[in-house]
Amino acid sequence: MTDFALTTFSSKGKLLQIEYALNAVAKGDTAIGIKAKNGVVLVVEKKQSSILVEESSVQKIAPLTDNIAATYAGLGPDFRVLSQQARKLVKKYDLKYQEEMFVQTLSRELAEDVQIATQRGGIRPFGVSILIGGYDEEGPHLVQLDPSGAYYSWKATAIGKQAKNAKAFLEKRYNADMEIEDAINTALLTLKEGFEGQITPTNIEVGVIRDDHVFRILPPSQVKDYLEELE
Amino acid sequence: MSGIFEYNGGSIVGMKGKNCIAVACDRRFGQQMSTITTNYQKVFKIQDNILLALSGLNTDIHTFYALMEKEINLYNLKENRKMKPTTFANLVASALYERRFGPFFVTPIVAGLENGKPILATYDSIGCKSDLDDFQVGGTGGNYIYGACEAFFKPDMSPEELEEVIGQSLVSGCDRDALSGWGGVVYVLTEQKITVKILKTKQT
Repeated sequence: MTDFALTTFSSKGKLLQIEYALNAVAKGDTAIGIKAKNGVVLVVEKKQSSILVEESSVQKIAPLTDNIAATYAGLGPDFRVLSQQARKLVKKYDLKYQEEMFVQTLSRELAEDVQIATQRGGIRPFGVSILIGGYDEEGPHLVQLDPSGAYYSWKATAIGKQAKNAKAFLEKRYNADMEIEDAINTALLTLKEGFEGQITPTNIEVGVIRDDHVFRILPPSQVKDYLEELE
Repeated sequence: MSGIFEYNGGSIVGMKGKNCIAVACDRRFGQQMSTITTNYQKVFKIQDNILLALSGLNTDIHTFYALMEKEINLYNLKENRKMKPTTFANLVASALYERRFGPFFVTPIVAGLENGKPILATYDSIGCKSDLDDFQVGGTGGNYIYGACEAFFKPDMSPEELEEVIGQSLVSGCDRDALSGWGGVVYVLTEQKITVKILKTKQT
């Protein structure tokens, strides 16, 4: 631990470390989130560096509670740390109030930790943008949390390599009346658009929260069905 | 200090009705055998649908209430919404346990209305919540009030009946207890309003 801040302003008023963190995010595998009327879907690329990798051991969509999950673009280990931190925040809230934590509240509290890493002495910003999808009492939510600590609520968004193209694609396809099944199809279609190579049930991960407030990762067999429908 | 819970004296009672709930307290603030004032507030409005009644050491009554006010204000600002009575009831338990080894010498009663349903919870001084009964008591006259409650209480009372019954229970209980009394206040909480009634009791 050092006493001095590593992230300091440039003369142009920028925090270069955060810009560089965003660069790391922009190099990461694409993740897409869509909020439907009755649910939220998160879809993420799971490209393996080699066929020798044990695919089932890689989990890019992390459940935070029964009804909230998160995925990311950027540095995997940073996401692991933040998702564990988020789970602790939820439990702390639960112990105090014995009530479900709202997605917005969780996002704001997690954002606090992300922001601290841009100001405290001796540590670097987190190199991930996180997409949090959840269904609470207020309804479905999709929140993006950036390395700066800024968080945004979205109807649909994408982060990572294909973010720009994917968002342009989504802008055309999104409509507020979407049901969750439409959203899943649209998300997969959007991911397919910029996908390098063949999209298969094992090189992507799909997580869905429906109006039963239960988060589920779709098994490869179900993902296969959705992908076939896209043809 | 023998009997830190008895030092200031005072009693509270809470009772459920049909889509309504009532809490009542006495008005005495004493220091052992002396009576200092006869208008001490022991029931506090936390929110339009949540009342917090406290008995025990008066300094802790005041401090604990201030702590709960702070918590609910911050919650309202952070979460941008009202707190549910059941959530507040859990918060009180957590807040008391946080001081497990240096407790607040209070016995709180939380009374609220959630979606029309009455919520009543009581605790020991370190946060053991009990929310199963239709009426609860606290304070030096508690046991005497229990007797009166058992006799007068019936389930699903209307707000008017409830006000009458809880008032009578408080008064007969406090009459027996030397450290409680000097007037009573009854709060009845319904969906539409909170009514406050000041009772005249034996001035001893």
